[in-house]
Amino acid sequence: MADGNLFNQSARHPLLGPRGIWSVLHIDPVLLLLLLALIAGGLVVLYSGADRNIAVVKAQGVRMGIALVVMFVFAQLDPAVFRRWAPWLFAAGVGSLIAVILVGVGAKGAQRWLAIPGLPRFQPSELMKLVVPMMTAWYLSRHYLPPRLRHVAVALLIVLVPMAMIILQPDLGTSLLVGAAGIFVVFFAGMSWKLIGAFFAMVSVAAPLMWFFVMRDYQKQRVLTLLDPQSDPLGAGWNIIQSKTAIGSGGIDGKGWLQGTQSHLEFLPESHTDFIVAVLAEEFGFVGMLTLLGLYLLIILRCLYIAAIAQDSFSRLLAGALTMTFFIYVFVNVGMVSGLLPVVGVPLPLVSYGGTSGVTLMAAFGVLMSVHTHRRMISA
Amino acid sequence: MPWGEFKDIAAERRLFQSRAMVMLLLVFVLLGVLITRMYQLQVVEHDIYTTLSDKNRVQVQSVAPPRGLVYDRNDVLLAENRPVFSVTLVPERVGDMEQTLAKLQGMLSISDEDMERFRRRLLEPRRPFQELPLRYDLNEQEIARLAVHRHELPGVEVSAELVRYYPHSELTAHALGYVGRINRQELQQIDPINYAGTNYIGKSGVERFYEELLHGRVGYQHVETNARGRTLRVLERENPVPGEDIQLHMDLRLQRLAHQLLDGRRGAIIAIEPSTGGILALASVPGFDANQFVTGIGVEAYRALSESPDKPLFNRALRGQYPPGSTLKPMLAVAALDSGAVTRDKTIWDPGYFQLNPNGRRWRDWKWGGHGWVDLKTAVAESCDIYFYEAAVAMGVDTMHQYLAKFGFGEDATLDVAGALSGLLPSRDWKRAVHNEPWYPGDSVNLGIGQGFMLATPLQLATATSVIANRGNWSEPRLLKDIKGDLSVDEVLPSATHQSIELENPDDWEFVVESMAEVMHGSKGTARGAARGAPYRMAGKTGTAQVFSLDEDEEYDAEEIRERLRDHAMFVGFAPVDDPQIAVAIIVENGGSGSGTAAPVARALFDAWLLDFKKDDGAMVVGSSGEGSN
Repeated sequence: MADGNLFNQSARHPLLGPRGIWSVLHIDPVLLLLLLALIAGGLVVLYSGADRNIAVVKAQGVRMGIALVVMFVFAQLDPAVFRRWAPWLFAAGVGSLIAVILVGVGAKGAQRWLAIPGLPRFQPSELMKLVVPMMTAWYLSRHYLPPRLRHVAVALLIVLVPMAMIILQPDLGTSLLVGAAGIFVVFFAGMSWKLIGAFFAMVSVAAPLMWFFVMRDYQKQRVLTLLDPQSDPLGAGWNIIQSKTAIGSGGIDGKGWLQGTQSHLEFLPESHTDFIVAVLAEEFGFVGMLTLLGLYLLIILRCLYIAAIAQDSFSRLLAGALTMTFFIYVFVNVGMVSGLLPVVGVPLPLVSYGGTSGVTLMAAFGVLMSVHTHRRMISA
Repeated sequence: MPWGEFKDIAAERRLFQSRAMVMLLLVFVLLGVLITRMYQLQVVEHDIYTTLSDKNRVQVQSVAPPRGLVYDRNDVLLAENRPVFSVTLVPERVGDMEQTLAKLQGMLSISDEDMERFRRRLLEPRRPFQELPLRYDLNEQEIARLAVHRHELPGVEVSAELVRYYPHSELTAHALGYVGRINRQELQQIDPINYAGTNYIGKSGVERFYEELLHGRVGYQHVETNARGRTLRVLERENPVPGEDIQLHMDLRLQRLAHQLLDGRRGAIIAIEPSTGGILALASVPGFDANQFVTGIGVEAYRALSESPDKPLFNRALRGQYPPGSTLKPMLAVAALDSGAVTRDKTIWDPGYFQLNPNGRRWRDWKWGGHGWVDLKTAVAESCDIYFYEAAVAMGVDTMHQYLAKFGFGEDATLDVAGALSGLLPSRDWKRAVHNEPWYPGDSVNLGIGQGFMLATPLQLATATSVIANRGNWSEPRLLKDIKGDLSVDEVLPSATHQSIELENPDDWEFVVESMAEVMHGSKGTARGAARGAPYRMAGKTGTAQVFSLDEDEEYDAEEIRERLRDHAMFVGFAPVDDPQIAVAIIVENGGSGSGTAAPVARALFDAWLLDFKKDDGAMVVGSSGEGSN
């Protein structure tokens, strides 16, 4: 790790230093600082992306506040608690996914929500982003690592079942993120490279099958539009052409905060949700993008470091998988907005307007902080 | 954790850390991909996207110049521009298109044509959030109804544009002409840049002749629009140059009087100010309301106008070609005197008929039994045909053609009157070319009383009369009197091409004028009834033109046929004799005799112009100077 100063003494010598206030609170101050910087910067961009609608910024601020509380609560729980509860949470999660399919509510042809009387509406698929890696980590850490073939097979089953159920809703974006979280656990656990090779071979065979039998028309349309946005410049291609125009016209140092013409003149669709990074790129330019991606990189580095020095396999696998899932969010979102990937509806983590994914993400960071601060007094 | 104690903790950690390094590498590679992509878009292709973004945001709109206004000689507005409202739809914001159209149909009258055009445009490719027009020219009730129901009609908007309006259209349609939507043919002839924002173009009359002057020059504005195409602000503006406001010689009061005098009949009146050639009145009755043509006339209304037996769309004053009959006699008198075919004192015996040779065909005089002994002045005053038969034979066709051409017959002698026809001035060559026959002496006899092949428009008769009033001096008929801007009339008006008619004995003009005054004031003058009691002296000549045939496709109605077989009543004249201020030509189709029908019309026009309006003008001058001092 290159950043010696950033990854501070208390982390480097967890057992030798005095138990500071951060350990008592079970908070990693470095990660917290980076997250707060990201959230604050995100609110600034959101104000512009929402066309100076302060109500949107306030609502997002409240959500982020709630998410921070959730993170804090998760951080207080010992990783052993997550491990113990993983099978039960997984069972509950799969159960609620079945319930969504049977009695779920939704909009625009997708059925994603579960409305239980007396409780706020919630999205079980969102929960699975945490539960699936937990379950996979629980299962694999029960055995010797690297895992044997049949353990890998079972782990993949644990991943694929909820994934398939989420695809049925249909929600391709969340399903991919849930799948990625589980697969990362398997990868971190030490799945052999041969198997990985075989897996990719399988995916390349499965992709055409998915195309013909699984993907819905609107999802196919997104892929086709990605390949040639000009083919439908006023319809599905409009989003990508306009977001690329926004990003490209930003140049090196951008048009200035609140000066983005693409977003403020309503050419850029969803400028405060999925496409918010185009607003940032237009108004703050290449420099702004480097800063954003740099901030994400620092968060990922910090989290991978936390995972690397975690005390037990379950914590390591879970922390590593959650970190990489976070990165996948970033990559998929920026990739789709800049026209590298199809538009799959993945928000820019902790910046895009919208609550559920923010809360899940912060819960994941709570888990990471828990892993980092609940250390047992055993010698390495 | 059943097997936990036996696991090789250090090995598992090493395994994880090596995998974490792989993931870290992946993170760096993928972030590298994103940064490369951003570099490509934001640095390498920055210019492309800046252009795209500006093209998105900034639109160049053409701004149509307001069309120049048209005034009469007393600054009465004849053609103005008024806002016309149309209803447009933005399909993206209309929820249920069918339901919305059904609702609109309940509120407005939308023709099948409008609906069909709208549906066609709906299917054509267009920008998102572009407005599509559904119906033009909403009336006030319709606008109010739309305003009331606005909340139930998302995506429905009312937009305004300036459209030509003729406040006195029934009176001025034939003189002013009108504008209409630019058609495909015109589209190929106009300058596409200058007409970028213009929807209308002059179709006839003054509107057509002075199109360039009235149109002005297009302006531009660079506007910032949002994705809905709504203009947010104007970034840069180059104002259009408005069309020039012009003033015509026409006097609306005289024009109105001319229409009133012909009311219920068919005919034409042209009044010219001899000193300037300015057309004071140009009436073709019945007229029509040109305002219907501006935004597009309905099929039904157009059929009613075009199929009416009264032919309201036909401009009789400029395009009605009639045999001039006896109204040609003053011009022929000038020709006969100057060519030496007759002298002032030459007297003939009129037995009531004329023969080229004994036993030959007899050409009759209009008066049974003839006029007896007749000299030239009497021949004009009493309209003796026999005298002019003899004079015509004495002159021959070449001489008559030569003189009549000097009076502007057989050509369009106007400077700026669009659509005026040339009539027909026959000659030997013409007859050889068209009929493949030689010119017979009998043809000359017919021409001697303005019959036979000869055709002239009322405007040509008025022009020739004006030349006589001017004692041979030409001022070509014209409509344009003044341009309100910096341009001078001379820069715009085509230059005059006619030379004054020089006579061997210039005093012959006075002689012919006096003979025309005899028509009005002489004891046997054919129009003496019309001039009775006038406080000024006037000169004139009556005429009748025979109606030869009936169009085959006209419906048979005994009463009407009888009426429509009557002769056309004609009159030319000017007043006052010594200082001519107005020259007129009048034709009343199937009006009977020129003396009974047409001459009183001329008298009314003269009285109005020389007496009534002069009084009004005095009052107006006082009034306007009073305003000026404020």
